Amino acid sequence: MSTRTIMDGNTAAAHVAYRVNEVCAIYPITPSSTMAELADQWMSEGLANIWGNVPVVQEMQSEGGAAGAVHGALQSGALTTTFTASQGLMLMLPNMFKIAGELTSTVFHVASRSLATSALSIFGDHADVMAVRTTGFGLLCSASVQEAHDFALIAQVATLESRIPFVHFFDGFRTSHELNTLDLLSDAQIRSMIDDDLVRAHRGRALSPEHPFIRGTAHNPDTFFQAREAVNPYYAKVPEIVEGAFQRFAAMTGRSYHLFDYDGDPEAECVLIVMGSGAETARQAATELRARGERVGVLQVRLFRPFAVEHLLAALPAGVRRIAVLDRTKEAGATGEPLFLDVVASLAGAVGRGERATMPLVIGGRFGLSSKDFTPAMAKAAFDELKQEAPRTGFTLGIIDDVSGTSLTTDPDFMIEKPDVTRAVFYGLGADGTVGANKNSVKIIAEDAGLYAQGYFVYDSHKSGAQTISHLRFGPDPIRAPYLIAEAGFVACHQFGFLERQDLLRVAAPGAIFLLNAPYAADVIWDRLPRPVQQTILDKKLRVYTIDATAVAEAAGLGGRANTVLQTCFFALSGVLPRDEAITHIKASIRKSYARKGQSVVDKNDAAVDAALAHLFEVKIPATLTSTIEMPPLVPADASDFVREVTARMFAGLGDEIPVSLIPADGTFPSGTASYEKRNVSDTVPVWREDLCIQCGQCSFVCPHSVIRARYYDEVRLVGAPDHFKSAPMNARGFPEARFTLQFYVEDCTGCGLCVEACPAISPKEAGIKAINMAEKLPLLAQERIHISFFETLPVNDRARVNASDVQGVQFLEPLFEFPGACAGCGETPYLKLMSQLFGDRLQVANATGCSSIYGGNLPVTPWTKNAEGRGPAWSNSLFEDNAEFGLGFRLAADKHLDLALSLLAALAPYVGAELAAAIAKAPQVAESEIRAQHGRVAQLKTRLATLDLPQARDLLSVADHLIRRSIWIVGGDGWAYDIGYGGLDHVLATGRDVNVLVLDTEVYSNTGGQASKATPLGAVAKFAAGGKRTARKDLALQAIAYGNVYVAQVAMGANPQHTLQAFREAEAYAGPSLILAYSQCIAHGIDMRFGMKQQDLATASGYWPLFRFNPAIRTVGENPFRLDSPRPRIPLKSYAYNELRYRSLSQTHPVEADRLLAMAQASVGEKYRQYEDLAARDGSRFALDAPTPAPVIPA
Amino acid sequence: MSLKTKYLGLDLSNPLVASASPLSAKLDNLRLLEDAGAAAIVLPSLFQEQIEAEAQAIDDRQIYANSSPEALTYFPSAASGPYGVGPERYVDLVRRATEALEIPVIASLNGSSLAGWVDYAGHLEKAGAAALELNMYHVPTNLMETGQDIEARYLEIVDAVCATVNLPVSIKLTPFLSSVGNFATTLVTHGASGLVLFNRLLQPDIDVAHLSLTDVLELSQPAEIRLPLLWTAILAGRTPASLATSTGVTTSADVVKCLLAGADVVMTTSALLRHDISYMKTLVAGLKHWMDEREFASLCEMRGMLSWARSADRSLYTRANYLRILERYADA
Repeated sequence: MSTRTIMDGNTAAAHVAYRVNEVCAIYPITPSSTMAELADQWMSEGLANIWGNVPVVQEMQSEGGAAGAVHGALQSGALTTTFTASQGLMLMLPNMFKIAGELTSTVFHVASRSLATSALSIFGDHADVMAVRTTGFGLLCSASVQEAHDFALIAQVATLESRIPFVHFFDGFRTSHELNTLDLLSDAQIRSMIDDDLVRAHRGRALSPEHPFIRGTAHNPDTFFQAREAVNPYYAKVPEIVEGAFQRFAAMTGRSYHLFDYDGDPEAECVLIVMGSGAETARQAATELRARGERVGVLQVRLFRPFAVEHLLAALPAGVRRIAVLDRTKEAGATGEPLFLDVVASLAGAVGRGERATMPLVIGGRFGLSSKDFTPAMAKAAFDELKQEAPRTGFTLGIIDDVSGTSLTTDPDFMIEKPDVTRAVFYGLGADGTVGANKNSVKIIAEDAGLYAQGYFVYDSHKSGAQTISHLRFGPDPIRAPYLIAEAGFVACHQFGFLERQDLLRVAAPGAIFLLNAPYAADVIWDRLPRPVQQTILDKKLRVYTIDATAVAEAAGLGGRANTVLQTCFFALSGVLPRDEAITHIKASIRKSYARKGQSVVDKNDAAVDAALAHLFEVKIPATLTSTIEMPPLVPADASDFVREVTARMFAGLGDEIPVSLIPADGTFPSGTASYEKRNVSDTVPVWREDLCIQCGQCSFVCPHSVIRARYYDEVRLVGAPDHFKSAPMNARGFPEARFTLQFYVEDCTGCGLCVEACPAISPKEAGIKAINMAEKLPLLAQERIHISFFETLPVNDRARVNASDVQGVQFLEPLFEFPGACAGCGETPYLKLMSQLFGDRLQVANATGCSSIYGGNLPVTPWTKNAEGRGPAWSNSLFEDNAEFGLGFRLAADKHLDLALSLLAALAPYVGAELAAAIAKAPQVAESEIRAQHGRVAQLKTRLATLDLPQARDLLSVADHLIRRSIWIVGGDGWAYDIGYGGLDHVLATGRDVNVLVLDTEVYSNTGGQASKATPLGAVAKFAAGGKRTARKDLALQAIAYGNVYVAQVAMGANPQHTLQAFREAEAYAGPSLILAYSQCIAHGIDMRFGMKQQDLATASGYWPLFRFNPAIRTVGENPFRLDSPRPRIPLKSYAYNELRYRSLSQTHPVEADRLLAMAQASVGEKYRQYEDLAARDGSRFALDAPTPAPVIPA
Repeated sequence: MSLKTKYLGLDLSNPLVASASPLSAKLDNLRLLEDAGAAAIVLPSLFQEQIEAEAQAIDDRQIYANSSPEALTYFPSAASGPYGVGPERYVDLVRRATEALEIPVIASLNGSSLAGWVDYAGHLEKAGAAALELNMYHVPTNLMETGQDIEARYLEIVDAVCATVNLPVSIKLTPFLSSVGNFATTLVTHGASGLVLFNRLLQPDIDVAHLSLTDVLELSQPAEIRLPLLWTAILAGRTPASLATSTGVTTSADVVKCLLAGADVVMTTSALLRHDISYMKTLVAGLKHWMDEREFASLCEMRGMLSWARSADRSLYTRANYLRILERYADA
């Protein structure tokens, strides 16, 4: 008996995969992580598979590791699976060849995703699965949430019977993340499809000392080839086996599938061939075109490998004359994309063999890369192309290709939405609960009200203040529309500020309802709307409703969390359900969600529902425009062409319209674009009290978004300062005429409050007042914009004159990392900002994939910027797993080019001046003043070289920049350093080369949603460690110290900022490899981020995170290189740990286990500290110089 | 000689009860308390605010959910419910304590409004608690709120809890009522089986250096025993409810005083925190010694000897005594 329910594609697939396996080897990667998380969660809850036993779920250190573990478990006879995507699948490639070569039954479930090329993309296309088509795995493609569920079972059935391993894949995000109604298979149904004899046969083929054999041999030229051909019969049977499984499945469920499913006119002349979710879109377009009299059809490919030629030919209408094959991938340099080539080869073969009389015209096109929306209009464009006299191949859909002319024009008016489907689009902020509330609405409507429902959610890339767009459809029939809503009957804007940045009403259908959450009364709001918004409302005759949902929620005691209020408004206005019925459902849902949190929480939400209805007003729309508010420009008029033409369009949500010619072909983008974004995320911002400030620099040191800038300047500069511009006498010695200003970039501030907490200056006369206090932004905004403009006219302080050795001095160093889209209160970014302040103008960064690569390099902007001289960090991201090696490559190249430059310099000394050449070659470059001097000398050199018409001079010009000491930093999170990249990191440290490694240690995979890494502490709960981590965090520092010649520091700026600063400077100055482990608070810790730095302090005070430095340079003078820089533990671990939800939640769910783990963790902290103390207590002779140690360099 | 007594209908081997404190949160300590002679143990309170705050904390952390395409959530679902918050941990402590100990385990709930209480009380009963202590503490910062409003709310809670559980229910009272005795007896008519005198209220202090309030816990002082002693004496013999005297019980002499005033049991925490758990032995031995010296065979013989009802000079409990004390101080 099946059950109708609603879930996303990942859940649908994992539901089956978990039940038909005994072992899952997992590793997180977007967009497949949810499958692995669910498997781990179900294991921890004791959920059994269909045989009544609980599968083993094991997190590995990488996808490569997961594939190895899968391979091993399979060879030992366990039914084994894994879940992955994209680069993860690439890391599994070597094992996939092995597994397939050994004819081993398994299914890998893949949420297919783009492969990183000139840029990474987390979104969906078939690049990854197409790259594994040579492995010998079967490739079975599901195209909807229901199919992801069903095919997870079909693939398992087929692999057991055929012995061919399968990749079961579906479109990342479009299917993996879409909520849709489906019929859930019961365990009995799943059980009935699995033949236990085949399971036993699988076990029978396993390695066993009781009947030994060897597998995994090495062959010579005499036999390898034959072995490859010996598998052919197994592949030959696969199509019939899969088809047989489909038939048995159809008999059981009524859901019928085939290897190739044709839908359309039986005598179609033009056919599209598509695989994945795009097939449904194409089918709908074809249905509409047939209704208009066209003889068209769509062939959906379900089994892509082995490619069943006969089935394809049988499924195609005999009379088809023209075919367009749509591939969701790009294979540069090929004669066509993979599916296209297979279709061409199949048809050509049939014609050659005489099975078909004529060869149809076959063209190939590309669509939907990186989740580019694929609409019915695009499918129609492909059909239209087939009707042309000379259809083009290699076309593209959904972009404007003004470079190669590949793109087809789409008809924007071709929309085929069903009239009985309610379509609603919501614009919200990541943290405002809009998506959560919409998911709840979808659940209510699908599960309680019995309608069919679909929910799809689009996010931007920022961690804080991200915009979300929810696309919801509801109707009496199943919703099969895997594309975004282009025309909605209901549009909601949950953040008033969006109206000035984007044309949200583009998606509003004529006569649609527009719900606006606004802090204005219904009778005044019309005049507050920008003029273009008014125009659209009048043109489309929209009905506008407004509510101050934030105030309603506040009054109901929900602390401004407006999601329940706005959800109620949606139900009240949209008509998707009768209003009273809808309210009953919402309240029932509230009881379900909040009952355990206490009646008061239920009551507050109930009150919010009632208040929402009472405070929802229709806006009277006048007949004419009244607004004087124009859309402000998104970027200043003097911004670069690129920023105006490309970046600004992305800000406006119009990135899809940017033509190919404007996008860099090689992934090279300008720095410093975050400064244009002015996201205005926070309603509250810090305000400076110059009379209380002691100018210590703590606030700007901890600011995660570089919004606090300090400058000192001659007081005459204040002539002409704008009103209320704040300054104070400079309090450092030696600056008698100088003024000091602390300027807050309020539009870039996320309101985290770390600065306020860090501020030590307390008013002696006013309770609760410091030198920095949070205040409402709106009243300050206009004035602060003027102040910032004036502040920027003040000279940047001379780096050579700033004391960079203390925290107070660092505030005057210009950050070259600013306004990242990181979470409010992020613990990572202050370290990056510090790195950019200290070394930014000669810095080259290799950044591992993760949070830091996303807020560091996800379009539309980058926080990495440059100074007025045009110098700044050069940043790149290669992959997740190879970052240490990538950074080492920087060093190798830099060293090589430095050598080259020095030899050319020596050769050219007579031409450029012997004195200059010698000065450059021998220049010390440690102190900032020395580096500034070298900058000057190299500039002089370049000037002289430019006048020389010599090949050697041109060569030296091309490498002369390396004469300035380059600071190479390898940056990444603990997932990289401790797990996936550990082998490479270890090797790079062992090379002895001068690289600096900064581990932004959040102790968890932050970017993919909080999965445990080997840095995750004992006793903490994380995904993949849902029952609390049972092993202590790896001591990466001690491992690195063991080399003897690696500089190692463990820092926590919240515990001791000066220590952090010192470690950064020493690490950079040390001429060998350096490793800094930097404690970074994270939202995945479950803390109030405002107190993140205080939590760092507690981590150190408890002894959990002792501060230390191991400086090998000190060994050369016979002293102990290990300095334990923090005192003995002075608070119990619990006082630190139980401030965090990651520890505390276990004490709620598993109190006994939590107590046990806490006791173990406390013991471990004590023991670890003793180890460090022992190390620190040794005399210098105990640190033998067993590895070459670079000469000591003492920073100025 | 027998030290046996009855409290909330429970037979206890002596009148010393370990009251709610951080000490009694750990199972090992509970065992030590039993070994040291505690006749019953009140577990630390499950605070209404604790549950609500934890629910709120989890909600607050969930604001990051659904805001990034790469991470729909940041915690395993077990951390966010349905078992992530609420009284589970406390219920578990009650369950383990009742399994591990021979002596009665009394669960304690602390709150000020009806929300959630009834549910929690039911859970605690199921977990095996021998009785329930309701700890009602409210600071009426709203100057429009009347004493009657607050008392009505307290009675509503007692009604709801007593209607839900079959356990004996005691009320730990605040002394800051216009008429403690009247409200105490009203509570009894609403189903309370016992009265605990009193709840020790923890007020904030002021940090003059930082111009801020502080909330450091100070252990109770011996002199604080006077107020509960007074009301124990006034209520003893005049209500069918059990009486427990709490706050300021520091020495075995204090235990004796409470019994003489009319307490059925005497509760102590600060003394145990100040010394250690084994100090409970000293208190029991001291009581025994005192009774031995005076050849009391049982507690009944001494209990309430100096209560208001049996007092020869009741003026000692009234304003007349207040005046006498002041006059004596002035003369000295």
